[in-house]
Amino acid sequence: MSFINYAAREINCKLVYYGPGLGGKTTNLQQIYARIDPKSKGKLISLATKTERTLFFDFLPLDLGTVRGFKTRFHLYTVPGQVFYDASRKLILKGADGVVFVADSQVERMEANLESLENLEENLAEQGKSLDAMPHVMQYNKRDLPNVVPMVELQTALNKRNAPWCESCATKGIGVFETLKAAAKLVLTDLKRKMGG
Amino acid sequence: MDTPWGDLFLFAEDEERLAAMLGRLCEDAKARAAFLVDQNGRLIAASGDRAGLDTTALASLVAGSIAATGSLARLIGERAFSGLFHEGERSHLYITVLGDGLILVVSFDRTSSAGLVRFRVKRASEEIGHVFEEITGRVAGFQSEIAQITDEDIENLLSS
Repeated sequence: MSFINYAAREINCKLVYYGPGLGGKTTNLQQIYARIDPKSKGKLISLATKTERTLFFDFLPLDLGTVRGFKTRFHLYTVPGQVFYDASRKLILKGADGVVFVADSQVERMEANLESLENLEENLAEQGKSLDAMPHVMQYNKRDLPNVVPMVELQTALNKRNAPWCESCATKGIGVFETLKAAAKLVLTDLKRKMGG
Repeated sequence: MDTPWGDLFLFAEDEERLAAMLGRLCEDAKARAAFLVDQNGRLIAASGDRAGLDTTALASLVAGSIAATGSLARLIGERAFSGLFHEGERSHLYITVLGDGLILVVSFDRTSSAGLVRFRVKRASEEIGHVFEEITGRVAGFQSEIAQITDEDIENLLSS
C-alpha cells in the first residue's frame, strides 16, 4: 500500500524481507545501513531478543533518490523468521508493497525455506493477496558456504513464479544491493502500472 | 483508509488541514507535539516541537506498538484497546487509534496531564477522523504524475 505525499513530493513504499530464521534478513539491512550514504538513510531499528534474534522487526528507512520530482522513500522491514513468531510476521506483512524472500542456501535449511515460503503464501492469502500479484525477489543467501544446494534445485523448489533472483553472501555485502534494487524496481513499476502508467 | 488501489494520496492542502487540527490539539491539551501515523508506520502529518526527534522511527515504532497491542486485545476477547499511555520521567506519550488504520500520537510533559490530553484527544478525534475519511474517500484522477514515470526513469534512479 503505497503512500504518495504530494505535499512533500514523496513516494513511500514498504518492502518486507521474509524468510526462515537465521537466513540473513537482518544482515541484509545491517549491510545496507553500513554501506549506504548517511544522507540517504534513517536510523536502523532492531527489536531483537538479548541473543540478537529478531523479536518483532528491524526497520530501516531509505531514500533511493528522485524520480520525476518525487523522492522515493523505501521503508525496509524484516520479519522474525522463527516459526513461533507468526503473529508478528502477519502484522509486519500488512501493507507491504513488495517482498524479498531471503532463502538460506544450505542443504539442511531447505525444509525451513519451503516452510517459510508456504507461510508467506498463507499470510498473504489471509490478507486477500497472493504472491502471484505481489512484487517479489528471491535472494539465495550464504552462497559462500560449502554445503549449499545447487542453484538449479533452489530455483525449481522455491521460485515457481520465476521472480527475479540474486545470489548473495549477505555477511560480506555481496548481492545485497542487487536484491534491493531489483525489488525497488519491481515495486515502482507495479505502482506506476496501478496508476495507469 | 484504502483508496480503490489500496494506496494513500496526500496533498499539500490535506497536510495543512491536518497539521492545523493537530496544532489546535497541542494548544488545547498543552502538549509538546502531535502526530498522525498510518497503520504501516508512515508519518501523515505533525505539529508542535519536533526538534531532535526522529519522526520516521517514531512513526514505525508507534505502528508496531499499536499492531501488537491490537493483537493482545483480541487475545483477551476485546476488539481493541482504545488508548495507550507511555509514562516516562519527564516525557509521556498518549497513543490512540482514530479509525481503521489511523493513529494519533500526543507527546506531552509535566505542563499537561494524562487526563487533559485524553479529554482533548477525544474531542479532536472526530474532526480529524472525518477529514481523513474525506482524504481517503476521494475519487482519484490525480495520479497522472506517477503514471508518467517511465521504465527508463526507474532504471536511472536505481543505476546510481
